Amino acid sequence: MAAAVGRICGARLFRNTGIVGPQVCQLSTSAQGWTRNRKLLLSTLGVVGGGVGALLFALEQSVQASGSEAHPPHQPWSHDGWFKSLDHASIRRGYEVYKQVCKACHSLQYIAFRNLVNVSHTEEEAKAEAAEVMIKDGPDEEGNFFERPGKLSDYFPSPYPNENAARAANNGAYPPDLSLICSGRKGGEDYIFALLTGYMDPPAGVTLREGQNYNPYFPGGAISMAQSLFDEAAEYSDGTPPTASQLAKDVATFLRWCSEPELDDRRLMMIKVIGMFSLLSAVVYYFKRHKWATLKSRKLAYKPVSKK
Amino acid sequence: MSLWATLNRTVFKRTSTFALAVASGTFFFERTFDVASQAIFEHINKGKLWKDIKHKYE
Ligand code: HEC
Repeated sequence: MAAAVGRICGARLFRNTGIVGPQVCQLSTSAQGWTRNRKLLLSTLGVVGGGVGALLFALEQSVQASGSEAHPPHQPWSHDGWFKSLDHASIRRGYEVYKQVCKACHSLQYIAFRNLVNVSHTEEEAKAEAAEVMIKDGPDEEGNFFERPGKLSDYFPSPYPNENAARAANNGAYPPDLSLICSGRKGGEDYIFALLTGYMDPPAGVTLREGQNYNPYFPGGAISMAQSLFDEAAEYSDGTPPTASQLAKDVATFLRWCSEPELDDRRLMMIKVIGMFSLLSAVVYYFKRHKWATLKSRKLAYKPVSKK
Repeated sequence: MSLWATLNRTVFKRTSTFALAVASGTFFFERTFDVASQAIFEHINKGKLWKDIKHKYE
């Protein structure tokens, strides 16, 4: 190893230049310019890197403009922003919407009842929610599968036993699992809100197949999910008026929480990171001044040695 | 004698006391830092967090 390094760097490495020598060399730009090859390499790298970046940006932009679907407008989510947590009252209402409406067709298989504890429900309430559903369990001692009331540790049961059953019940379309849908769709909660509230009559010239509906926010426009949110389509236990847009907003917030249960922690971490890094940059700034003080206040004097 | 010099003499000079200072300094700094960050977070998000609404359900 040492031999290889020595061969590459030559004797330069072993020459004793003192502590100041190398620093002074790096300080002056004119004394030791870049070699031609180095310049060539770096500028090629810069051009290639910039070009690839610009190409990716252009491709991404053209994809956005090429589709026929409407772009979901941005909504003022209360969790939008570096330090903003999710609105937990809204998560709780969104869970009620999921339970009363979406659960009929969509599974939420990566969320367990225990996840609700101290997020939207107390432990007692979450236990009660779990006890309301029947979970398939087994095999018991005789080898039979049986149904029992849910426990905190159970995941949300799915409405259909498998994908084929789900397709058969929905005109061949598969209602996707909603656990990660908010992160899995472009536009996130804006898209979900726009999709749920954006149903309309198909424009002239668009023909829909049996069981399809027109929604300009869905890629292609023809969606197999019928409009499910209307005013008073669900009931809220906290007395909020259940208008269609309120239901859509709450279920979108709930689905954002399902996709990113750690969102609140990340927002808190942001505050900590900013605090910690400002302390560290103060230290680094002080240290830089400290180290450069000698260099900046240095005077070099050349004393001709008289020949005697 | 200045505070700095006193501190230097009594704490930083000996490795044992210096190590102790580092350990306890870390502990207290981290504790205050966490508590302060949490307080800022809860202030910004007042009314939205679970702890703000849980009294309704207990
Ligand atoms: C009657 C059954 C039914 C109900 C109720 C229902 N959906 Fe759907 N949903 C579907 C079907 C079927 C699809 C697949 C549509 C397709 O691929 O054309 C779907 C697709 C979706 C998609 C994916 C769209 C995409 O970009 O692929 C989302 C998001 C969605 N539903 C959310 C919801 C929410 C939120 C609710 C509750 C308010 C809900 N759905 C209620 C049947 C339903």
